[in-house]
Amino acid sequence: MIQTENLTKIYQMGDAEVHALNGASFTIEKGEMVAIMGPSGSGKSTLMSIIGCLDVPSSGRYILDGVSVENMEETKLAEIRGRKIGFVFQQFNLLARTGALENVMLPLTYAGISGKERQDRAMKALDRVGLSERFHHAPNELSGGQQQRVAIARALVNEPAILLADEPTGALDSKTGVEIIDLFQSLHNEHGQTVILVTHDPYVARHTNRIIKLSDGHIISDEANSHPIKAGAPRAEEVI
Amino acid sequence: MLLSENFKIALRALRANKLRSILTMLGIVIGVATVIALLSIGKGATASITSDIQSGGSNLLTVSPGRSQFGPGGGSSQQESHLYYSDYELLQRGLADNVTAIVPAYQSSYIVKSGDESFSVNVTGVTEAYQEVRSYEVAKGRFITDGDNKSQAKVAILGSQTAEDLFGSLSPIGKTISINGIKFEVAGVLVSKGSSGFGSADDAVFIPLDTGYDKLFGSTATYNGKKIVNNIYVSVTTTDLMDTVSAQIEYMLRRSHKLATSDELDFNVLSQTDTLDILSSITNTLTIFLGAIAGISLLVGGIGIMNIMLVSVTERTKEIGLRKAVGATRNQILTQFLIETMTLSVLGGIIGILFGSGIATLFTLTGLITAVITANSILLAFLFSLAIGVFFGLYPAFRAANLHPMEALRYE
Repeated sequence: MIQTENLTKIYQMGDAEVHALNGASFTIEKGEMVAIMGPSGSGKSTLMSIIGCLDVPSSGRYILDGVSVENMEETKLAEIRGRKIGFVFQQFNLLARTGALENVMLPLTYAGISGKERQDRAMKALDRVGLSERFHHAPNELSGGQQQRVAIARALVNEPAILLADEPTGALDSKTGVEIIDLFQSLHNEHGQTVILVTHDPYVARHTNRIIKLSDGHIISDEANSHPIKAGAPRAEEVI
Repeated sequence: MLLSENFKIALRALRANKLRSILTMLGIVIGVATVIALLSIGKGATASITSDIQSGGSNLLTVSPGRSQFGPGGGSSQQESHLYYSDYELLQRGLADNVTAIVPAYQSSYIVKSGDESFSVNVTGVTEAYQEVRSYEVAKGRFITDGDNKSQAKVAILGSQTAEDLFGSLSPIGKTISINGIKFEVAGVLVSKGSSGFGSADDAVFIPLDTGYDKLFGSTATYNGKKIVNNIYVSVTTTDLMDTVSAQIEYMLRRSHKLATSDELDFNVLSQTDTLDILSSITNTLTIFLGAIAGISLLVGGIGIMNIMLVSVTERTKEIGLRKAVGATRNQILTQFLIETMTLSVLGGIIGILFGSGIATLFTLTGLITAVITANSILLAFLFSLAIGVFFGLYPAFRAANLHPMEALRYE
């Protein structure tokens, strides 16, 4: 469970102070599927970094699963990232010249899991994203959609409490993008995985159950989406 | 995270840029190879010079003209000084008890000819005892005798190299050679003494000293009408008496050269041990000097490694960000990059050790010097390359470890 209170992030740009985040407060329960929306510069990337423990807020509170993390030191944060958060990026960020299986094993390596257990868990994760046939393919031997699936398997392999996806369909064509959203939906519906999608695309956002909109570092709306689009439904109908 | 895991990651990263890794390693390879080659060749040279000198007999004192350059007060204005044949006669009379032999020698370089072959060779005028005092063995014929000196016979004894140069595989005994246009009959050939690295003892011609004064050396061998010698060799009965005899020589020659007790000596009395000390101090200085140059090339190699690692860290900023995002701690990143640098430098070190040993072996094969590759020099080179890996790897590794995870991820 994520609880934030008055999250503020101020960057020093030369002489000027940039308020990337201006007192954001919200709670995301375990098992929710949430979209964080906003145009570029709205602070959504900053918010994602803080939720993902990649950065700490300038002020405010952030409680992750009952533990206050806003003032934690770097090494502790790294541990939390490894254990509780699975990242999916727009550009996949897979290690080049490295097989799918090894890419997926990476978080386990840093968590100190080795040998057969590490391999078994990575295989299971790849299985869950439908890539059981592609264990030893390097990223350049995989399509964009397949690469993103490897990245999702990597995010899942540590069984994290939160799956944090930053524009996960941004680098994919719309058909493949829908398949990836479908994968997130099934992970959420069938396994109760908490999923947070950061996106500027309203169509992607409407596949989730709740949409938080950001503008200029403020939360301008936080609404439930009672009728999320089922992935794969024709886009044209929805636009009307 | 296991060390082997880090090592695997390092090897993969290095393989990803093969040419770059090889070029980077080359700096260390060359540095280490130079260190190993220089140390082994230096050791070999020292060992062969040492054994050469020791083969000359450990109870030999060599008297030579000139002020001691290695003793205290050396470096003062150098006046021409000479040893005279009369000094030899003086020592011959005064030292009879404690010495087995005293030999005067006068040496000069002449053109030596036989048929069409002609070479510039050191011609040394000596007496019969020279053979025993300098431990020469005769391979064919005989050595110079006191009779040769008395009769001023024009006979010559050839060193093994000179014999080969002048006569090839033919036996030179009984043949005639000309030294500076004067005919000499070859009476003997010496057994090879081997090379010492500083010119060969086998490249020599010996003639009776008196013959030399009378017929060959001419006016260069006299000073103020007195016959001069280059060296007087004194063979002492036992090693215990070396110091005593040395002091006696100094006392007698000081008087004959009319030096006051406060004056510096205008001659040296050196034992083999003194010569060894001087030579080993020279070779040590040389080894240290060359080693320092090799060390500098290692340092340059290390800077090359650091440079490439810094480039690598910048290039892989995004990868570092990702590793941090999936849970890598600061220390894990630090270790990873440090191991990568150390892999480069140690691998380079090992290849350099092999190369250097190869060069040393090649030197041995040429027969110039028997290079001695010691475990110490290998260990030293290995540890040095390891230390370079750590030293030049730390900064890039810290740079990588200190990257902000979010900024690293967003780095383009």
